[in-house]
Amino acid sequence: MESILLLAHTEPDGSLAKPALEALAAALALGGELTVGLVGMETQAAANQIAGTGAARILAVTGEAFTQSRYATDAAAAEALCRAARAKLVLAPGTSRWSRALPGVAYRLHGRVDTHATSLTLRNEVPAVTRWFYRQRMEAVLTRQQRPWIVLLDAGCVPAWNGPAGTATVEAVAVDLPPTRTTVTGIQAPKADEQTIRPDAKLLFVAGAGWTKKQADGAVHGAEAEALILGFLRTAKASLGGSKSLVDLSGEGEAVLQFMTHLNQIGQTGSTPRHPKGLSTCCHGEEPHAVGWRFINERRAINLDPNCGWARGKADVLYVADAFAVMREVNRTLGQENS
Amino acid sequence: MATSFQIVVCGTLVPDPLQTLEPVIGLAGPSLKNEMMLPAILDPWAGHALFEAAHLARTAPGSKVWLVSLGPKAKLQQVMMTVAQKAPFELVALDGPASGFSDSFETAGALAAGIEGIAGLDRSRLLLFGGWESASRGAGSTLQMVGERLGIVEQFQGVDRIAFREDGSFEVLERIEGGKHQISVCTAPPAVLGWATGHLPEPRNNPQVGMANMRAIMPALQRAKAAPLANTGLCFASVSLPKQQRQTRIVKDLSTAEIAREIVAWIGEE
Repeated sequence: MESILLLAHTEPDGSLAKPALEALAAALALGGELTVGLVGMETQAAANQIAGTGAARILAVTGEAFTQSRYATDAAAAEALCRAARAKLVLAPGTSRWSRALPGVAYRLHGRVDTHATSLTLRNEVPAVTRWFYRQRMEAVLTRQQRPWIVLLDAGCVPAWNGPAGTATVEAVAVDLPPTRTTVTGIQAPKADEQTIRPDAKLLFVAGAGWTKKQADGAVHGAEAEALILGFLRTAKASLGGSKSLVDLSGEGEAVLQFMTHLNQIGQTGSTPRHPKGLSTCCHGEEPHAVGWRFINERRAINLDPNCGWARGKADVLYVADAFAVMREVNRTLGQENS
Repeated sequence: MATSFQIVVCGTLVPDPLQTLEPVIGLAGPSLKNEMMLPAILDPWAGHALFEAAHLARTAPGSKVWLVSLGPKAKLQQVMMTVAQKAPFELVALDGPASGFSDSFETAGALAAGIEGIAGLDRSRLLLFGGWESASRGAGSTLQMVGERLGIVEQFQGVDRIAFREDGSFEVLERIEGGKHQISVCTAPPAVLGWATGHLPEPRNNPQVGMANMRAIMPALQRAKAAPLANTGLCFASVSLPKQQRQTRIVKDLSTAEIAREIVAWIGEE
């Protein structure tokens, strides 16, 4: 097996996050000589965290400039680590930080890059990447001749490495700071109680455009829809997704689900989150939307139409019912259980 | 706004999302069954980039927008008939594959060559736009490599908003994990911005803009340079459609309360 470099950046507290430990597990499973390359303000704690991996070397680029998630500095750090490690295969978690920087590093090293890998295994003794094409509509297994080959592994595809911590020896790698005109000034996040996107939630709750349509009484019940959905998200600790049609309505300034943004959008032109369970409401489950459910294991849907897309083998259970009435009752039951 | 920009948008066509896609593997590697027959649209995130570019150009007089598009010439012409009505731009067409199975490294090479061939492009005012991922390859790696080839190291991906300031600097909102945005300030172009959805709705069709665009688009399509992509060193072992078909249990006869109880019990299961 070829030599492997695992690239990981530290979190603000100096530790390695779960996606990095997942990529580490994938790297160890390949069996080649492993070098770990760390980037961050301070890396000793992260190195100690993975001291039990038996990595041949742990290299690190440290310093104030590498605290920020920024293309110029991240690419310089990763390039320096790749050159120092001389590994043929470079594996990294598909975080927003590495996804931004590593393709450019592949170009600098005359290598190649593949992103959104869902697995990396040996096939006829050579590494092979599995990834999806056309927005999760077809899955391919591919190999490459060029090296270094940088592979970004999507989060949630491999169990995270869980081994003993220790005291690791870290080799510092020097980097000439590249000139940059970019400064990271902050993070914009919704308040904790308004947070609707929870990547670690066990349940994805998806709202479709039906929530904003006229109901049986001939009126639109937007305010009630908001209350029911937010109430459910709070009690079930679920993450919220939306169909494109519903999100577009919100973007066009119509008086509907104010908390729904394009960040919530699931499907062909949205995201493809990973959750153990998913509950769809007021959504027809047509293909462009349902591709966003590719990585949801157990799927249930509530829809008034028994012939909707969910009925055609896309959901495990389809409840033919009024989502307003069902969710009202679900919230009541959950409320009783919690109290 | 005092500054004007040279905005180059990279974006190509993808199959209409409502189409059924089926992979076939031929001698040249994988492709889509009846690929040339499938109706196509401008890649959605690249489309957002184009609309943001047009909006920015409107607010910064003297700015200009180019759309650099790599795809089969005949299909490009088809897609441009619609896209041309959305926003004013000059097309730089590159006649090559728009397949999701094309290598992003080679695609980046072709796009960078196309951009370098734009006469009179002022690189000091260049904003390189595109979708942060395509709906075909979905790699999110092409723009970074185009930027590297053009020597641009101020790069942002998953951009939802840029706001220019009086001093020429601009603030960028990039998507990061957990539904959050990272805020950065870049002091000046050139920069690469891979757009997510942005914040603008799709513009309405404007036939006048379409007529003006098409006068330059047709000659641009005729001039389109061949840009074959060999996928050197890339080997697809398999390409397949997902096989999982669920046995959907359709529940019609339960009361609302019973359905709610069943859902709550299911949510609570480990």
